[in-house]
Amino acid sequence: MNSFARRCQAVRHDIVDMAESAKRGHIPSALSLVEILVSLYDYHLHFDANQPLDPDRDRLILSKGHGCMALYALLADKGFFPKAWCQAFCAFEGMLGGHPEERVPGVEATTGSLGHGLAIGIGMALAGRMQKRNFHTYIILGDGECTEGSVWESALAASKHKLDNLTVLVDFNGWMSFGPTQEVGNLEPFEHKWNAFGFATQTVDLNKEPEALVSALNVKVPGKPRCFICKTIKGKGIDFMEGNLDWHHKSKLDADEIAAMRQSLKRSEGHA
Amino acid sequence: MRKRALDTVFALAQQDERVVYIGSDVGQGTLQGFQESIPERFFVEAISEAYVIGMAAGMAMTGFVPYVNTIATFLTRRCLDQIAVDLCIGNHPVRLVANGGGLVYAPLGPTHEAIEDIALMRCLPNMTVLVPCDAEEMERAVRASLDWSGPIYIRIARGGESVVSLPERGFFIGKAIEVRQGEKLLIATTGVMLQTALEVQDIMARAGYNLGIVHFHTVKPLDTAWLANQLGPYSHVASLEEHSVIGGLGSALAEWLCENGDHKLKRFGIPDRFADRFGNQAKLLSYFGLDAASIAKELQAWVKPS
Repeated sequence: MNSFARRCQAVRHDIVDMAESAKRGHIPSALSLVEILVSLYDYHLHFDANQPLDPDRDRLILSKGHGCMALYALLADKGFFPKAWCQAFCAFEGMLGGHPEERVPGVEATTGSLGHGLAIGIGMALAGRMQKRNFHTYIILGDGECTEGSVWESALAASKHKLDNLTVLVDFNGWMSFGPTQEVGNLEPFEHKWNAFGFATQTVDLNKEPEALVSALNVKVPGKPRCFICKTIKGKGIDFMEGNLDWHHKSKLDADEIAAMRQSLKRSEGHA
Repeated sequence: MRKRALDTVFALAQQDERVVYIGSDVGQGTLQGFQESIPERFFVEAISEAYVIGMAAGMAMTGFVPYVNTIATFLTRRCLDQIAVDLCIGNHPVRLVANGGGLVYAPLGPTHEAIEDIALMRCLPNMTVLVPCDAEEMERAVRASLDWSGPIYIRIARGGESVVSLPERGFFIGKAIEVRQGEKLLIATTGVMLQTALEVQDIMARAGYNLGIVHFHTVKPLDTAWLANQLGPYSHVASLEEHSVIGGLGSALAEWLCENGDHKLKRFGIPDRFADRFGNQAKLLSYFGLDAASIAKELQAWVKPS
């Protein structure tokens, strides 16, 4: 394992720890996000965890809010809040719920109802332009989320406004709750759609090349919003979860299941 | 009233750099002066209301005070999830300036008639609901909205209504205006039904009634202090609104009176059904029994003169 892979693996362990504390969670949807979030938080986002409301910070909106465990793991790691908060995931007295809320330091927008994040991100990007600030706004969508009409309303507007200070990243893990995204939602030709809506679009395969996004994000396209379609695996790192819809959302995890997750993660470390 | 509302938004924008106008495919020429003088804070977006609410939320999260303007039904019915999640949970200062509150668009049919907008907005935590009665009060309402901390729904009625509000009574969000003190029977109004209430009062006075009138330009937060302290002379309260009898001012008063008063309550509003006639606003109001003569007749059958 190289350092990037080790880093991602540590985040996956944090996600399992969080799921263990609450005995629940959208685990596979968090696991597919890890390479995207590590690429952003470790290499691209400008922020100061001690000043989470710094007006010049880059913004990241996790529009597919159900993947929040991955976001919480990164925010805790970066120091936005104590790691102990993660051990109270979904607890009555906890700060971190099953979907991200703005009152949590580092969380830019309350999400969980799908199809909201891109519009909010456009508002932030336009606000940055009006204020003549140089921050960049990143929005992470799920592929299933892209069957929401509001995503495409917003996509039209992002290119109308020529928002080159805005980047969409689609966590394309290929699955919705009921089945494969292509069967339930018929998104293809997906890259063509984003191109046709005026985005500078690039597909990156994070399964074959986990670090591909780190360099791909360096390429800026003047006058255009960008879209990176990131090929990922739902449940990545835990073999019995990958492509297994039974695991989309669990609300009663037992100790054996948690142990099996850890064992599977360990095995995947051996293979890498 | 709409022109005054938008002109006031423009006036606020000239003095405060946080103010942004966002229309959703509004009519050509809307706020042309704003567009020409402050183009960077003037947005007319496509017919994409759900996006527009999110966009306004993103701007509000970044320090602006956006005034979002389009037809009331499209703002409220279509965007309820965006309003709840993007605006209300975070308590962001977006103002929803809603054209055609009530039956203004009578000729266009029920797709355009906002008969449940107050109900939809009133049940959302953190939302404030303003329903001014005339252009003068609308200007005061929009000015008062600038520094209010959370989201506000501002309902615009038809244009050309007579001016009945008085500047000396001021405008404070959440404070009812007692228009006339009476005894026994009180009419509580919101929006342009205040004008109808004044007509009702003329008719009733001739029949020996001494009607009280209170105007709730703010339906939420309801001025419960006024209710607690000023209902003494009255045994009967009639609510009057250009809105469904479910969920609007009448419901708000019913909720409060059930727990705090022993007054009789009668709700005048649009019955729980969609309009099946067109014509114009006045005709449709009359069809639903919301003209002064019908209301006065029903009140006289309900309460004897004092």
